[in-house]
Amino acid sequence: MGSYIVKRILLTIPLLIIISFITFVLINLSPLDPAVVVLQAQEVPQITDELIAQTNEALGFDQPFMIQYANWIMAVLQLDFGNSYVSGEPVWSLMGPAFMNTLKLTLVSSVFIIALSILLGVICAMREGKLLDRSVRGISFFLTAMPSYWLAAIMIWYFSVKLDLLPTSGMDSYRSYILPVIVITVSYTGIYFRTVRSSMLSNMNEDYVLYARASGLSEKKVTLHILKNSLQVAVSIFCMAIPIVLGSTVVIENVFAWPGLGRLSVKSILSRDFPIIQAYVLMLAVTFVLFNTLSDIINAAMNPRLRKEF
Amino acid sequence: MRILKNLSKDKLAMTSLVVIIVMIIAGIFAPLIAPHDPGQVNMKLRYASSSWDYLLGNDHLGRCVLSRLIYGIRPSVLWVLVALSLSVLIGAIVGFIAGYFKGKVDAWIMRVCDIMLSFPGYVMTLAVVGILGAGLENILIAFVWMKWAWFARVIRTSVMQFSDMDYVKFAKASGTPNLRIITKHIVPVTFADIAVIASGSMCSMMLQISGLSFLGLGIQAPHAEWGMMLNEAREVMFSRPELMLAPGLAIVVVVSAFNFLSDALQVALDPKLMTSQGKSDKSYESEVRKPAYEYSRG
Repeated sequence: MGSYIVKRILLTIPLLIIISFITFVLINLSPLDPAVVVLQAQEVPQITDELIAQTNEALGFDQPFMIQYANWIMAVLQLDFGNSYVSGEPVWSLMGPAFMNTLKLTLVSSVFIIALSILLGVICAMREGKLLDRSVRGISFFLTAMPSYWLAAIMIWYFSVKLDLLPTSGMDSYRSYILPVIVITVSYTGIYFRTVRSSMLSNMNEDYVLYARASGLSEKKVTLHILKNSLQVAVSIFCMAIPIVLGSTVVIENVFAWPGLGRLSVKSILSRDFPIIQAYVLMLAVTFVLFNTLSDIINAAMNPRLRKEF
Repeated sequence: MRILKNLSKDKLAMTSLVVIIVMIIAGIFAPLIAPHDPGQVNMKLRYASSSWDYLLGNDHLGRCVLSRLIYGIRPSVLWVLVALSLSVLIGAIVGFIAGYFKGKVDAWIMRVCDIMLSFPGYVMTLAVVGILGAGLENILIAFVWMKWAWFARVIRTSVMQFSDMDYVKFAKASGTPNLRIITKHIVPVTFADIAVIASGSMCSMMLQISGLSFLGLGIQAPHAEWGMMLNEAREVMFSRPELMLAPGLAIVVVVSAFNFLSDALQVALDPKLMTSQGKSDKSYESEVRKPAYEYSRG
């Protein structure tokens, strides 16, 4: 197991290097000259060739490409993503707090998503084909087809405006979490609980269940056995739920004016603040890779057969 | 023909198919169907409720909501379909090459795909839009750029199952050219998998594009798009909540239709799943086929 973990972690290093390189190249694919973008963002009235040359020199854009990349990656390893083109502040001072805010929202939502998915998945699998199962699946089908921001807007309109129970936006107290967490949970549980349910159903027909029943185990214990085996399939998907929610809270954050990554990134996209976009992409891609690795390791720990891959 | 016959037994799937076809026709012939010009501003009719002339009422500029909904089918559904077809086509070509010829070509192609798929889809779409600028065409470029690798991967797996079958070996031994083997013997059998994943992806793409338009990153005013109509309605959400209803419902209806169709296609295309024993496995398969990164949504 130890050697598997080491090998799996070593495998991520080349991937991380390639990801950082692609992120760096991506920004350079822009049809705009970065120096012009900087000057426009700082609202310089007249952009002369001289000014462009000056900016290029100041920001190191005149150096060879690979040297630029090497300088950038060394700085990034020390969490220095450069300065915002618009405000001139260091990117990390904007990114850090925003990341924490989004992470809080993501973690709270993920706990609810996972708990609710397991609960609904198990209940529906136990009552397969019955009214309860059919209605839960029907409702979830409808909810997953719903744009999450639409649901969010309806909930704000009803709970915050009509009933005046909850804050419409911002991040002031625990009450600000309620609506965004509900919206995120609703839109993801509908997808994830089906995984648990179908995994349970496919396990129910296995021989070990028959054997457990035949040897007189109580129905409760049999269900626990099935659940334990079904969750193996679900673990990798749940592991990926965290980075996926982290990356797709963009719309929800904008609806609820949540001071997180989503709002920051959309603002930067509209003002073409490249260093922030770059940092955002890199951070989320790295989170994605790390959670992917984690889910592989957890899976291997639970299922020794998977360790033979290397 | 067998596909249509199987599908026609499923009432829900047929309804979905009809909804989708009606939507597509309405989108293509929007100028003929829409009762008014979607861009026509009429300040006298601001926030007018529905009337015989304007069935769904008027928006904050007095524009006809129904006409805007009909014109909105173009970016919200038709252009997404175009982007989807393009990425399926690229994915299919790459996937067939990898799955059929195997060996080194396959290893390299799959490595490239792995790298592409290590970026979370939604974040990458945002990044591409961030670099190229806001706009519908840039979102579509981002979609094609992001999705082909994932299609290539699924199609490769599907091709691999069949490329070792005896009938393919027989065709090879009897000297049939590779291209002919692919088109005659492999494309028809892998078509099922391609149709299922394509219709499933359509849902997440439509939700994403409407979400991006909602944020103002998609199609620009004065063009009509469902997500953007919701964005415009959001500003008057507290005084005129009814404006949020029509575009939202339109999205729900079309996405549900594609969802149902995707599920039904899977059953209709796979004879294995038609038996009663296989039936309970149906939903299981559809979950397993989706990798974790496909779960991201807007």
